[in-house]
Amino acid sequence: MPNVLAFAETRGGDLRKVALESVTAARKLADTQGGEVHAMLVGAPGIGARADQLGRHGADVVLVLEHPALAQHSAEVAAATVAARVKASGYDAVIFSASAQGKDLAPRVAAKLGVPMGSDVLAFQRTGGGIEVKHAGYASKVIHTLMLTASPAVLSVRPGAIPPAESPKSGRVEAVQAAMDPGSAKVVVKEMVPGRAGRPDLGEAPVIVSGGRGLRAAENFRLVEELADAFGNAAVGCTRAVADDGWRPQSDQIGQTGRTVSPRLYIAVGISGAIQHLAGMRTAKTIVAVNRDKEAPIFKVADYGIVGDALEVVPVLTAAVREAKKGH
Amino acid sequence: MKIAVCIKRVPDMESRFRITGDGKSVDEAGLKFDMSDFDGYAVEVALQMTEKLGQGEVVVVSLGPDAVQEALRKALSMGVARAIHLKTDRVPVDGFAIATALAAELRSGGYDLIMFGKHAMDSMNGVVGAMTAELLGLPNVNSVSKLEVAGGKGTARRELEGGAEILEFPLPAVVTIDEGIARPRYPSLKGIMAAKKKPLESKPVQLIAPRLEPTRTELPPERQGGRIIGEGVAAVPDLIRLLQTEAKVL
Ligand SMILES: Cc1cc2nc3c(=O)[nH]c(=O)nc-3n(C[C@H](O)[C@H](O)[C@H](O)COP(=O)(O)OP(=O)(O)OC[C@H]3O[C@@H](n4cnc5c(N)ncnc54)[C@H](O)[C@@H]3O)c2cc1C
Ligand SMILES: Nc1ncnc2c1ncn2[C@@H]1O[C@H](COP(=O)(O)O)[C@@H](O)[C@H]1O
Repeated sequence: MPNVLAFAETRGGDLRKVALESVTAARKLADTQGGEVHAMLVGAPGIGARADQLGRHGADVVLVLEHPALAQHSAEVAAATVAARVKASGYDAVIFSASAQGKDLAPRVAAKLGVPMGSDVLAFQRTGGGIEVKHAGYASKVIHTLMLTASPAVLSVRPGAIPPAESPKSGRVEAVQAAMDPGSAKVVVKEMVPGRAGRPDLGEAPVIVSGGRGLRAAENFRLVEELADAFGNAAVGCTRAVADDGWRPQSDQIGQTGRTVSPRLYIAVGISGAIQHLAGMRTAKTIVAVNRDKEAPIFKVADYGIVGDALEVVPVLTAAVREAKKGH
Repeated sequence: MKIAVCIKRVPDMESRFRITGDGKSVDEAGLKFDMSDFDGYAVEVALQMTEKLGQGEVVVVSLGPDAVQEALRKALSMGVARAIHLKTDRVPVDGFAIATALAAELRSGGYDLIMFGKHAMDSMNGVVGAMTAELLGLPNVNSVSKLEVAGGKGTARRELEGGAEILEFPLPAVVTIDEGIARPRYPSLKGIMAAKKKPLESKPVQLIAPRLEPTRTELPPERQGGRIIGEGVAAVPDLIRLLQTEAKVL
């Protein structure tokens, strides 16, 4: 069966951008052998209204599971329902995003189906022997090409690797039943803790301004926030040193044991450039570094370095970025 | 409280990696090894939990060739009670094959809690924990940055993009451990001496046929950085110009 199933991720009743990426990725795979794309959409009653957007991005069929208890995401229910659908209808591949939610779901579904999976895939391609995937390993220092010969092929695709593309299909809605009683899930969400409003996620932001211990004090992160504000579409990151000191939440940490990011622009302020930090940001398109010490290792990877005191340079940079943005 | 922690032996990520002659994998000859970072956090969390309760046992499990016993010994020297070595001639790339072997060992162990790292630093997959949970049919919470266990129940915090969720689950359960929760202790001299006498059981296991295999491994091109454009605030106008005209990101 050449059809491909995509999981359409939602939060708070809305599709996330990665849902459209997953459908786009599924479309690419299905088109190589004339199959259909089915998208699975799970949520509270009313979520089905989002089906047309999935159709626009290439879903022939949108499988809608609505249930009042699913206003809150349940990995157990979603994984059981996706796996049951795959077993009943047969799919050639099942696509998730390698987002927090997708990384959580994909291995559960793969195990329920008794197959391995391609995780956090940067690119994929159908070949004679199976599906070939690219994947970063060893603290992102190497790129592997791996051959996945299991059927179905379960993949989680790195957010941003396959940008959403329109490819209008009918997006015909088909209601599906939950594979288990949503009220009987063993793991329950007790509370959602909102992040700081008004900033894109580190994984999605085109610009990241990141600060390290060179900022001297937690309150000086205000300068980093202001520079991010000047760009308008920037997220704020940090080093482990700063997260450990409690200056910033751990979730902002970039590096080997934090988030891996590849923005168009990464501005490292008062960051030494330890190998563990570089592991999380070395694939940024352009890197700018501001550091007092001209020997700091961050300058070895920076496209543009300024040697200087961050507390002096950053406010001037912020004003200049504001000015440049106005000129547009 | 009986806790199992699955640990993987991985090369030191500060190493300069080389590719094997067949071009398929990282050449691990001559590298330094340790237990994977998040696995070390998991061992620490397990030890703190049993220390706080004043009772319980922490067991570590590792699958691979004899060399993985080194990582198991380290965990023993940190304070873990005993170790299980699932002996294979290699560590497969296929995470489902690893999970299948781990689940077979863990199934009858009577563990209240089974812990994993969020992902292994070499594979960077983050699949073995959740797959093992599924194979065992146990409740599962992944990428946990806070964990509390009391009265047969667990409460965990899990980071999401721009937010977090607090989850509750019954024991026994499987959790994978993220950054921010604990830093592993260094083994004390006393711990290292004691570890020599602790039980380390090695048993051969048969892996299922792999269905995920490397065909090529490459080192990405080095970044062409290293350009310092100036000093202090005087360099800002140049930076703006370069961001606009050369990098085209402003
Ligand atoms: C297993 C492991 C995992 C790790 N994982 C991560 C990870 O995921 N992410 C991560 O970031 N780190 C990680 N680390 C830590 C890493 O090794 C470094 O310790 C950390 O990145 C350093 O943070 P920093 O650059 O903020 O601080 P420092 O290394 O202290 O650097 C501060 C820099 O600021 C400069 N500076 C000082 N004052 C000023 C000023 N006024 N103006 C401008 N510049 C100034 C200094 O010259 C210096 O270069 C990990 C370490 C280990 C062992
Ligand atoms: N060979 C192994 N032996 C024991 N535990 C392992 C092994 N491989 C992976 N794990 C565990 O599974 C976690 C996730 O691995 P991975 O899915 O490869 O990223 C690791 O952090 C370990 O806790």
